[in-house]
Parts: sequence; C-alpha cells; structure tokens
Amino acid sequence: MTVDAQSDGSAPPQRSICIENLSKEYVRGKPILKNISFTVQGQSSVAIIGPSGTGKSTLIRCVNKLIPPTSGNVYISGENITHLTGRDLRMARRKIGMVFQEFNLVERLSVMENVLCGRLGYVPSWRAWLRKYPQNDIDNAFALLESIGLLEFARQRADSLSGGQRQRVGIARAIMQEPHVLLADEPTSSLDPKTSVEIMELLVSLSGEHDIPLLINIHDVELARRFTVRVIGLSKGGIIYDGPPSELTNDHLKQIYGGENWLQ
Amino acid sequence: MSQAASYKWERFTFSERLARFAVFLGFAIALSLSMRSVQIIPEFLYDAPTQVADLFKRMWPMDFAYYPEGIHHAMMETLHIATLGTLLAIVMAIPIGVLGANNIVHFPLLNWFSKLILVSSRSVNSLVWALLFVAVFGPGPLAGTVCIGFRSIGFVGKLFAEALEEVDPGPIEALTASGAPWFSIFLKGYWPQAAPAFWGVFLFRWDINVRESAVIGLVGAGGIGMVLDTALNLFFWNRVSVILLSIFVVVILAELLVTAIRKRII
Repeated sequence: MTVDAQSDGSAPPQRSICIENLSKEYVRGKPILKNISFTVQGQSSVAIIGPSGTGKSTLIRCVNKLIPPTSGNVYISGENITHLTGRDLRMARRKIGMVFQEFNLVERLSVMENVLCGRLGYVPSWRAWLRKYPQNDIDNAFALLESIGLLEFARQRADSLSGGQRQRVGIARAIMQEPHVLLADEPTSSLDPKTSVEIMELLVSLSGEHDIPLLINIHDVELARRFTVRVIGLSKGGIIYDGPPSELTNDHLKQIYGGENWLQ
Repeated sequence: MSQAASYKWERFTFSERLARFAVFLGFAIALSLSMRSVQIIPEFLYDAPTQVADLFKRMWPMDFAYYPEGIHHAMMETLHIATLGTLLAIVMAIPIGVLGANNIVHFPLLNWFSKLILVSSRSVNSLVWALLFVAVFGPGPLAGTVCIGFRSIGFVGKLFAEALEEVDPGPIEALTASGAPWFSIFLKGYWPQAAPAFWGVFLFRWDINVRESAVIGLVGAGGIGMVLDTALNLFFWNRVSVILLSIFVVVILAELLVTAIRKRII
C-alpha cells in the first residue's frame, strides 16, 4: 500500500493501457467484440466512438474486468491483468479509475465520503466502517474538491447535487485512486450540452495534470473531436478508424454509424 | 378516420369473461357447501349479544386502583421483552438476510439455506415458540424475549434481504471498479442504500412485538399476558378491563412513536 501508489512517476513502464486481440462473446459464436488491439499511453486522451450496442461499454468494462473478456489480453502499465483474480485483481483495479454515465455515486452518503470511496481499495475495511480515513487522504480529498469547485458541498449528501456536480464528484472519486489510467463510460450522456463541455474539460485537464492516460466512450462525435487527440471508431465489434480527429472524415462516420442523412 | 370509428374495445374478451364467471361460481358453490359442514350451534349464536352485554357489565367499573400494584410492573416487562427481543432478532437477522440476498451471495445453496431459516422462523406461531422456550428456560421474561427474537428473524431477515436485492447496482459497480474489498463494498455500497428500509422494518417489527409480547404471557412467557391470564382465571373482570385498556393504550403509543421516528429517518 505504501510502495506502489505515487512512486512510479519515474518507474520504467509508462502509464498505459494495452489491449491485445481482445474478444468478447456473451453468446457462444456471436462475438460482440472481435480481436480488438490498441495502446493508449502517456498524456493522451482517446475517444471511442460508435453506435449504441456496438460494444463500447463492454470494451471499457473488459479493461478492468468488470466484464471478463472471452479471449485476448489487457495490460495496465505493462502488467497483464487478464488472468488476475481475488486480491490481485483488486490491487490491479486500484490502478484503473472509472467514471460512469449515471455517476454511480452512493446517493445517501456525503460528497466527502463519496470522494473518499476512491480510497476503499487502499484503506482497510474497519477504517472505512469507523470513518477513520488517513488524514493524508482527507487532505487530498479536500484539495481535489477545491480544485473542482465543490469544496462548500463536502458535507452535503450526494443526492442534493445537480447532474454536473455529481459527475464532478464521480471524477474526483476516480482521481482519488491515484490511478495509472482513467476510463470514462459515456461521462456526458446524462448531462446538458454546456455541462458536457465542462465535464470534458475537467476530465482532459485532470488527466494532463495528474499525467493519466484517458480512454473515453462517447457517442458525441463533436465532443470527441474537440477534446481528444485520438479517435477510435468502433462498429460491429471491430475497429473501423483509429487516428487523429482531424483525419476523421464523413466517409468514416458513414462507415461507423451507417446511413448518411444525419450528416450535414 | 372512418374505419377507426368501427373498432371496438372491451376490457375483457368473451372467453376471459367466461373464465371470471366460472371463478365466481366456484367461490359461491364452495361457500354454500362449507355453510353446511361448519357446525354453528344456534343456541350459542342467539345467546351471544346477552353474553357480550353481561361481560361488559362485569368489566365495569374498571379497577384502576389495581394498575400501580399489579399491572404497571408487568407492562414494563412486556415492553422490555418486545425491545430486547427485537434487538436479538436484528443481531441474528442481519447475517441471515445477507446470506439470503442473491445479489450479494452468489451461492444458491446458501441463499436456499437462509430462506429455510427465515421460513421456519415465520411458520411457527409466536405462541408455539413461547411454549417451546418456556419448556427450555422455564416461565418468565427470558423465555418471552427469546421467543420474540426467534419469531422476528423471519420477518426482519426476509425484508432486509429484499431491501439488499433492490439496491441500485451502479454504486456497487463503481466501488468494485475501485478495487474495494468485499466488506467495504457492503459497508459503503449496500448498507447505505438498504439502511432506511432496514430501520423501517426494525421499527415496524418492534411495534408488532409490543402486541405479540402482550399475548405470549398467556402461556407463561412473562409480561402483561401472565397478569391477564391470572385475572381471567380468577374472574376479576374489572381487572381484565383495565389490563385490556392499558394494552390498547400502549399499542397506540407505540404506533405514534414509530410513525414519528419513521418520518425522521426516511
């Protein structure tokens, strides 16, 4: 618990997600993800775009084994986590922060406790029970709340916040893990356009500030273009496009989403 | 437009109506058959109003002077039996409830085992539990407390398990993704979501147990029931009426208290 957390800034394997030949079948013979491979490393934000039901959420959940992949490998900062179970898996999951579409906060707990939930992988259960979190964690949580502008809400219950505020708390919780990588599953889909932009700005700036590679599922192509340096287009379980947003053409989009009447 | 006017809509189709009629007919036949086999003795039935009037006459005037010397102590004992019994039930029902929630414990055998305990607790009437524990511990409030505890496990455990199963899986997923150990996920994910239901069930069960513990004294398990039993056996009807009235008042007060607390916590 003391060794691995922040000391790896200088460690040789760069913070990265490496996905290798990943496939997922819920029903045998009907793969939803086919042989996906890509690597995200260093300070970069990558968007995965694609139509609903194409396996974006499944893909991102295969990274931290919330959904176990059928075959292929996932490496987090060089460590193969695909076959980990039990305690080893928990230790690996601490390195992977995750932000959710529906925020997934514990509504009846205070904002502060929700942020501290990010430390549950590090803090023994009895401390969590007695709410005796290490002072260092509490200091970090306050600093983080201040930086996202929610300091005065620390004692309020999470369900008293607006959607945008809740997502900020969700992001703060993920950052509290001191993760090597950050996953975001449709982080803006429950939010209005203005708040969506603010949340994307926050994600990208925190990823830069803490030097965490960011992988975002998003179906809003414009947001993806505006905030990420690389776009991966997913369709029918395979990668159709992988490159900078500037080279993403309408032809690609037609291929990814199908049809063309929706394009202006 | 013109076609739309000719569409017909009825709540039930013809065959559905036929089926419903058959069910009603079945009930009517069963009722009339059972009227013939149930043995009502007419003499007793005609006599009933006179008997009730006589009972009330003997209950009046109420012997309020008896309350401080003979009833108050037993009434307090009843409240203690109800409260301690409910606490005992909770201690036992939490682990059994967790074991029974199939979103927490993924072994059907353990779920089934928990259901078995919960069902056996509920299937035995509290008077039977009381008889059992009077035989084990001897007459008195200890038997009553354990009886109330065992009788309540089924109720509290089942509703707690259901509250756990209805928990929103989102926060659980988030805590799992953060690498939290199982017990921390339970404490910070499941418990905060199930807690209002849990405390609601606790209060409601306490309310029920106040009433139940007034009855179990009839078989010797302590409390007001024992005093009631004595008064009935000795034909002290004006004491019986005071006992019944004080049970009534306590139940009403318990109800008011529970309602007030529930409003605060939910």
